[in-house]
Order: sequence, then structure tokens, then C-alpha cells
Amino acid sequence: MKRKVLSVLLSAAMAATLMTGCGQATSEPAPAATEEAAPAEEAAPAEEAAPAEEAAAEGDLIVVGYAQVGAESDWRTANTESFKTEFVEANGYKLIFDDAQQKQENQIKAIRSFIQQEVDYIVLAPVVETGWDTVLQEAKEAGIPVILSDRMVDVADDSLYECWVGGNFVKEGEDAAGWLSEYLTTQGRADEAINIVTLQGTIGASAQVGRTEGFASKMADTWTMLDMQTGEFTQSKGQEVMESFLKQYPDIDVVVAENDNMAFGAIDAIKAAGKTCGPEGDVIVISFDAVKAAFESMIAGDMNVTVECNPLHGPRVSEIIQTLEGGGTVDKVMYVDEGVFPAETAADIIGERAY
Amino acid sequence: MKKLKKMEGNQFLLAITIILFFVMYIIGMIVFGEKGFSKTQVFLNLFISNAGLIVIATSMTIVLITGGIDISVGSVVAMTCMILAYMMENKGVGAVPAVLFVLFIGLVFGLVQGFLVAYMKIQPFIVTLAGMFFARGMTAIISTDMISIKNETFLSWAQAKMYFPIGGYVNKKGIIVNPYIYPSVLIALIVLVIIFIMLKYTKFGRSIYAIGGNEQSALLMGLNVRRTKLKVYILNGFLAAFGGFLFCLNTCSGFVEQAKGFEMEAIASAVIGGTLLTGGVGNVFGSLFGVLIKGTIETFINFQGTLSSWWTKITIAALLAFFIILQSVFAKAKEKKK
Repeated sequence: MKRKVLSVLLSAAMAATLMTGCGQATSEPAPAATEEAAPAEEAAPAEEAAPAEEAAAEGDLIVVGYAQVGAESDWRTANTESFKTEFVEANGYKLIFDDAQQKQENQIKAIRSFIQQEVDYIVLAPVVETGWDTVLQEAKEAGIPVILSDRMVDVADDSLYECWVGGNFVKEGEDAAGWLSEYLTTQGRADEAINIVTLQGTIGASAQVGRTEGFASKMADTWTMLDMQTGEFTQSKGQEVMESFLKQYPDIDVVVAENDNMAFGAIDAIKAAGKTCGPEGDVIVISFDAVKAAFESMIAGDMNVTVECNPLHGPRVSEIIQTLEGGGTVDKVMYVDEGVFPAETAADIIGERAY
Repeated sequence: MKKLKKMEGNQFLLAITIILFFVMYIIGMIVFGEKGFSKTQVFLNLFISNAGLIVIATSMTIVLITGGIDISVGSVVAMTCMILAYMMENKGVGAVPAVLFVLFIGLVFGLVQGFLVAYMKIQPFIVTLAGMFFARGMTAIISTDMISIKNETFLSWAQAKMYFPIGGYVNKKGIIVNPYIYPSVLIALIVLVIIFIMLKYTKFGRSIYAIGGNEQSALLMGLNVRRTKLKVYILNGFLAAFGGFLFCLNTCSGFVEQAKGFEMEAIASAVIGGTLLTGGVGNVFGSLFGVLIKGTIETFINFQGTLSSWWTKITIAALLAFFIILQSVFAKAKEKKK
């Protein structure tokens, strides 16, 4: 008898869990979907979006599956947001977003699932560069074009992807050097001997290689690169390296930090050494990435300039998709627009920064 | 008769897992039917993407039945992938010798862990924790680069599609897509069946259950507990490397961060499949369904398209809690009968 009661209880418990267990995944999305649809409808004015028509319109939407790395940094989050705001129904898109939690195997699963959902385009921001041949081949066989965002893939056959979208690190380096030369001219120091040190990123990272190369190619004759060392893209390491630079070289005019975090570290080191930096100070600080904190630092008068590494790939990818939809072709490498933000503009721009 | 009744509870747990999987899948077909959830390929993808995990979960089940645990498997998978990639790409070793070598490494790894657990009487958790750090560390020592496998033989294994003649569909672009699997799926299922038979019908398999049920009485029954445990860990090391090989067929690359948390997915799959962490109870087919349930949840979230993928973890947590409670209820009921 006891057994019977128990089994009835268990069955009830099981049924309950089934409801909640699956309910989480199935019933909850409904309100989320309508929530998202609502602003989209508002954005499309005058068009009556009756339910029946909506269903018909669903077929006309370009379905894009985005296999994102994860949400490990502000840059990444801004990148995700840019896709979520660009690929909305008002623009004729439906976005299926997948966060891979920094795992390649999750991205492979997501791409397979996108193929089964018959998306029109797959956008992939690969976690790693390696191991994509098999699954991209599957996408190709299903006739779905793959657009890479941010990082490249290492595949034998480059027809496996349509194109790559990302920042041009070499140009960022060139822009930084270009800004410095202009700045020195306006300061009347164009003929002066300028001593520069560089805090490099993690050696071998494409941002490090490109930025170092770009800056070196635009060095003026009067400039001397005293030293380059890696600060591994971190604030603490950047500070450490800058401290040793300051001890070693008494006369540093410019420090180039290959990302904002290292620049923050360098600024701390400069101040700790009793020197000043920024537009009013002894040392010119040049940085890359242009995160929001960099603008705050410029407003505080510590940093001179930051060169953008634009995470807002969404609009660019959308352009590419429109070109492909129109039957056009695109180059294999597509850069996003990137700006140079000197300190004097910081106060005006900080409000618009998304990241 | 008594024996039959005793089995009932465990069979019931397994049945719940299987029913749960099918119910979830059917719900998926109803909710996401228009989006293509009911395609044969979606089902097959569960196996394609999880071939490695099926083998790892199977071997984890054996270890759990003895009352042990192995949290080193994720790192062993990463090390396996790295050794394969490094040997084939940087040293020019052929695919077959490279695979044989990693399987051998797996055996040795299992032998060492097994010796420490069985003969030195050290807690399996601690031994395999050390193993986890060691294997992950070795992966980084071999190379901190990401290595892409381009070996033609290996890629031909990885990309050899086995098509099914039926169940195909014409996609939006007018391309006929027949359902397919990769050889890794077939291999994983064969391993599963072999282990199932081994556990059920061999002396070795029955001693594993006996040891896990009650080590003391197994000893009194004259079973060689230490040797059986050693064998289990050797087998487990081998299967971890083998699962790593199948995993590598899916990712075709080696890098340090690979397969992080894989051991926990294997343990979760086994528990959802009805394996008791206290030992003595478990079924490898249950673990297979545990893996499939995890895969189904992931597919759900992906098809839904806007929900955070972290909901997978939360749902698994809910399922785990449910099954653990269920198990303890059963254990209590059993005690009362005694």
C-alpha cells in the first residue's frame, strides 16, 4: 500500500518537474518574443501589423544565426548589442543568437542547429581559430553563407566562409602615429627628438602584431623607439612594465599602450614616479580600444588619445548581407570604420559610447 | 522474486529518464516544429555533437558504480586532443600511430590513478583532482598555441559522412539534404553496447556492482576488490582517451582551454541517467539518455533564439536536483522494507 502511495506521489512529482523543467525553455520565450516584437512594430510606422500579416511577413525576414563567443568583456557585450539592435524585424531581419560560453564545441553545436533551422546567413565570431573545417563544410553543403566576425578561422579552403569582418589593427597603429605627428606639429615640437616606449599586447595576438607594425611604419625620423615590452593587455602588467621603463629611461616623451587597460596602468606608474601625463603633462599617452573608461581618463586629463577598436560590427554585417541578397559579391576582408579620439573631444563623445 | 522487486526501483529511475527525454523531445517538436525541430538531422545532431561525451559518460558510469569518481576526464580529453594535434601537425606522425599513442597514454594515466586509488587507498576525488591538474598542465606544456589538425587521414575520418537513404528534405535553397552521421557516432554507440554487455554479463562487470554495493561484503565474498578497482580505472583512463579522440574528431583542434568542465557534464549525465553517486547502481543506457537530455535542452535554447544559453545549466541543475531527490526517496523506501 505504501508503495502505491509512493509511486503516485512520484509520478505527480515527475509530471510537475516536466512542466517546470521544460516550461522554462518553452513557455517562457513567448512573452520575451512579444516584448521584442512590440518596439519593432512601433518602429515601423503606419504599417498595420495584424497577426495574420505578421506570419506572412515572417517568411520575408532574413534569418541570421549569430554564434557569439560569450560575454567575457565590455567589448564583447557591445558587439552583441550591436547585432541585437541592428538585426531587428524593423530592418527586415530575425536574429537567432547563441552564446557559446567560450566553448568551441558549443559553437559547433550552434552552427549545426542553425543549419537545421535553415537560417539564411550564419555569423560566427569564433572562440578559437582552429578546427572549423567540418562544420563549415556542412554549412556550405546546405548552401548557407558564413560571415566571420572579429576573429579569423584557420581552414584549408577559404571558400568555406563568405568574408571576414573586423578591425584593421595595422591601420589603428598607423592612425595613432599619424595623430602623434599632427599633435607634435601643433605643439611646435615637430623637429624635436622624441623618445617613445611601447607597452605591447600579448605577443602574437593579432591586435598586438597589427598595432606594432602599423605604428612602426609611420615613425618619423626624429622619433626614437626606446623600448618595447609586453604588458599582456592587463592593467597590472602595464603598470609594472612602465615602472621599469621609467627607471631605465629618464626622458620618455611618449608612451604607446596597445590597449586602454595597459594605458591605465602606465598612467598610475607615471604618477607614482612623480611625473605628469596627458595633454598638460610631461608624457604623452597614446592608447587603443577606446572603451568608456578611456574617455573618463581623457576628461580627467591623464590620457591624450585613444584609437578605436570598433566592436559595432552589426551594421557592417548587415550591409554585407544586403549586398549578397542583391546578388553582389563582397571582398574576403571587410573592415569596420574606426575613429581616433583625442582628449579634447572626449567630453562630447563619452555620452554616445556604447561600451 | 525478491531480486526482481529489488531491481524494480532502479529500472523505474531509468524509465523516468527515458520517458523524460521523449516527452521533452516531443514538446520540442510541437513548439519548434515549424522551425525544423522535427527533422531527423536535429535528432542525429544530438549524437554527432556529443559522441565524445557519450563515451566519457559511459566510462564515468562505471567509475561511479564502484563508488568512485573521476574528475580528470575533461583535462584528459584536452590533453588527448593536444597530443593528437601536436603529433600530427608539428611532428608529422601519421594519424593511426598518433591515435594508438594517445590511447596508450590513457591506459597509463588510468593505471597510475587506479594504483593510487586501489592500492594506496587514496580518495578517488583527490587522486583524480591531481590528475585533472596534471593533464591540463601537460596540455599547456606541450603547446600553448592553438593547433589546427590538417592531417588528411584524420580529416577524412572526421568528415566521412554516412548518409541515410531516407528522411531527407529539400531546404530553402533547393538543396536536398539527407540525414547523416559521422563514424564517431557509430563508434561511440558500439563502445556503449560493449560496456553494457560487459557490465551485465561478465564476472568483471558483476564484481563492479558488488564492490559498489558493499565493498566489505564483496571482500568477504572473495572478490579481489583492489584488482577490480585497478582494472576499472585503467579501463576508465583508456575510455577517457578514446572519448577524447572522438571529441577531437568533432573539433579537429588542440588548445589548452578545450573541454573545460567536461567531467561535470559526464557526471551530470550519469546521475540524470539513474546512477547513484554512492555506488552499486547505474546503467550506461541511462547515461546515454542523460547526455541526450542535455543535448535536447541545448537545442531548445538554440531554437528559441533569444534566451541566454546559460539556461541550459539552470535546467540541468533543476533536473539534477529532481533526480537526486528521487534517488534518496528510493533509497529510504528500500531501507524501510528491510
